[in-house]
Amino acid sequence: MSETHEASVVRENLWMKALRTAGVPLLSVVLAMIIGSIIIKASGMDPLLAWGALLKGAFGSPDKWAAGNFREFGDTIGRATPLAFAGLALAFGFRANLFNIGANGQLLLGSITAAWLGLVLAGLPGVLSIPMILIGSALAGAAWAFIPAILKAKVGAHEVITTMMFSWIGLYLTSWIIAAPLKDAAGNSQTPMLAQSVWLPTFDKILPGLFRTPVNAHLGFVIAVVLAVVVWWVLKRTTLGYGVRAVGFNQWAAQNGGISIAKTTVYALCISGALAGLAGASEVLGTNHRMFDEVSAGSGFGFTGIAVALLAKSHPVAVVFSALLFGALSAGAGMMQLTANVSDRIIMIVQALIIFFVGAETVITWFIKRRQKRALEEKGATDVA
Amino acid sequence: MPILELRDITKIFPGVRANDGVSLRLERGEIVALLGENGAGKSTLMNVVYGLMAPDGGEVFVDGAQVHIKTPRDAIALGIGMVHQHFMLVQTLTVTENIILGHEPSRFGVIDLVSARSKVSDLSTRYGLKVDPDERVADLSVGMQQRVEILKALFQGARILILDEPTAVLTPQEVRELFGVVRSLVAEGLSVVLITHKLDEVMGVADRVVVMRDGRVVGETTPAETDQVGLARMMVGRDVVLSVDKAPSKPGETVLEVRDLAVLDDRRLEALRCISLVVRAGEVVGIAGVDGNGQRELVEAIVGLRKPTSGSISLRGKDITHAAPHATIHAGVSHVPEDRQRRGLVLEFDLAENLVLGDQSDAPYASAGIMHGRVIDETARERIADYDVRTPSIRVLAGNLSGGNQQKLVLAREMGRDPDLLVAAQPTRGLDVGAIEFVHRRILAERDSGKAILLVSMELDEIMSLSDRILVMYEGRVAAELSSEEADAERIGYFMTGGSNKDGAPLQKPATTVAEGGAS
Repeated sequence: MSETHEASVVRENLWMKALRTAGVPLLSVVLAMIIGSIIIKASGMDPLLAWGALLKGAFGSPDKWAAGNFREFGDTIGRATPLAFAGLALAFGFRANLFNIGANGQLLLGSITAAWLGLVLAGLPGVLSIPMILIGSALAGAAWAFIPAILKAKVGAHEVITTMMFSWIGLYLTSWIIAAPLKDAAGNSQTPMLAQSVWLPTFDKILPGLFRTPVNAHLGFVIAVVLAVVVWWVLKRTTLGYGVRAVGFNQWAAQNGGISIAKTTVYALCISGALAGLAGASEVLGTNHRMFDEVSAGSGFGFTGIAVALLAKSHPVAVVFSALLFGALSAGAGMMQLTANVSDRIIMIVQALIIFFVGAETVITWFIKRRQKRALEEKGATDVA
Repeated sequence: MPILELRDITKIFPGVRANDGVSLRLERGEIVALLGENGAGKSTLMNVVYGLMAPDGGEVFVDGAQVHIKTPRDAIALGIGMVHQHFMLVQTLTVTENIILGHEPSRFGVIDLVSARSKVSDLSTRYGLKVDPDERVADLSVGMQQRVEILKALFQGARILILDEPTAVLTPQEVRELFGVVRSLVAEGLSVVLITHKLDEVMGVADRVVVMRDGRVVGETTPAETDQVGLARMMVGRDVVLSVDKAPSKPGETVLEVRDLAVLDDRRLEALRCISLVVRAGEVVGIAGVDGNGQRELVEAIVGLRKPTSGSISLRGKDITHAAPHATIHAGVSHVPEDRQRRGLVLEFDLAENLVLGDQSDAPYASAGIMHGRVIDETARERIADYDVRTPSIRVLAGNLSGGNQQKLVLAREMGRDPDLLVAAQPTRGLDVGAIEFVHRRILAERDSGKAILLVSMELDEIMSLSDRILVMYEGRVAAELSSEEADAERIGYFMTGGSNKDGAPLQKPATTVAEGGAS
């Protein structure tokens, strides 16, 4: 066959693939918002007003943008950043058929490492200290995933159980560190404020011409986007990524092809842990500039990361968009409550519904297939006639 | 009046017309063979008759009256019984209990086992089935279990019996006995539809042959009017070379040497007991045997998927006893696994990705952990052309290929690696006649180019037509070694069922096989 013909087939397939991949998540979001609207309506409020307020709260308004005020948009990006890292962590695990449900523990280890290294390296210039802290946090996250990974590889202990248990250990370990060795002199439940030298710069510091007022969005988001592309490349173009995908799809064939399931499991879970660790570091260095005790703060980014990765169908680049959607929902919820008097709990319902519908993909694709079949039969019938 | 008549049965699956206006008549006391390749629509048609699938069009008549069969229960009530390829028996129950399952005769709410047992026993004697009603199904051989399935259909009052690929799991002797049973059933007035893709069975037992291709009936004949070549032509739609022409082998040096190998199966029971064998360059060694006599464990041990408990495996003198798959691949072992979809391919990978599996970290496909897409794709295109894999592009996912093309893909990869030893397990399972012909030719071409080939197959014809030497496995041992000249179905079948070599049958050649202890 001619090269051009093959190329056109490939391009068509890519489009089809993109559509197929994105179709169900998009449909899930729309369905979730429709049901959310019904609930808002049923509680006597105006859904359109509510969604309008949400949009405004998540993205701001043109007049503000004209004045260089991107506070709301920055808030969305700021909230999306840890979710993007955590989503990448979960997605990488999913690709190897591993459910790193305890990513939150690895994230906390990343946070505490950043909070500690940030204090230790305060004297260094940011160009040196920040990369060191990030690497340290990634290693800490990876180390926290390493024991469950080894247990899985050697004795087959299921990672859902072990990472979850390590998540609890991590929670109380960091809680203790914050309460004792790394206690903030001024108060409880947090580490001391970090020096500005180790802060991840916010967008208004990086591009003061564009962002003329302070925003929460920081360099961490850029790092997350770059990492998403790197993860995609690793999965697609390296032998490691090939092995991860092969084991994830069909471990029997992978094993027959000389890929070690044990090694691949350890690599994949540790890389997942490293990405989760970076989520913690980015939150400490970019947003809070200290670590809060998760026992009381309960932000649970590692758990939301599960939802982010599911909505993105474990595609690393899609994870960024998925994280932005979750960031926007969370950033806009306050404004929705304020203006439309709709409880921000409705956002949680919408989030849950999105995940529900993504999970119900089999049902949705079944409907699509049935329609295709019917169309085909009708076509077949006319062919005969 | 025909006992069963189908008119214009149509059944549509997404994308295919599995049955397209199929009509079929079955007279009382007749054996009709429904012949066709895999995917021709034979089983679909019979599943419609048995109420397992609803047809999209067409009519069914039993005894001249139109019927609407919606469930197997309807079919049974009309006197239609079906024996599936995979038996549906409860292993822990006795023969009688299995037969009455779902139709338990009862007296005062208590199952009447006594009368059920005597009825089963009567049926068994009447049709010469020779089944002990009190035996546990788990203790029965596959051939006997099949008879239990037949008895079950008779117990339920079947007058029409549908047998779906009944010989796939049987030894040659069991096949002959089954056909004896079928003849006695017909003599008693039953009518039988035999679904098969094996030409010799059709010639041996059928009164009439209906040939299906691509969901349609393409011809009807009787064994007297045609021969195997004629049937194959009808089935495939073109001339097919049934016998494999092969030059005499010129075996060279020893490539694979297995010595005193013992291996456990998944239940940690001994699957291989002290097995020894040799495969030399330029020869095909065939392993015959009833499924489950250690063939799978032998293959897995050689390719590194299963750890031996004792003994040794060497390849060209290099010890690979404890080598993992990636080491055996590097040593020169290629493996065509018996289950291509589970072991052979990653169905979610595209063709190029599948073709590099096993070589993914080696030059020229990768260096320093980075894969070279261009080289991988170029090699993929070459191999796909070389092995005639029908696909619009190398970007198509392996799962979207037909079974035959999937198998060609596996062969393209495993042979394209230029191995010293090819271990091929069930290389033609589920393939149609045309694809089988292709696979056989390629295997012999590899042999002629000096490769050592270990062929494991349940298909005796395949073993006999391809092998230069045949080892028959029984209960984890080599029960006999036969040269291709001295091997015939009878003799192989004798050893497959545990006949020992001390009973006057040919002995193994001591030069190539170390005699194993306690074979008798």
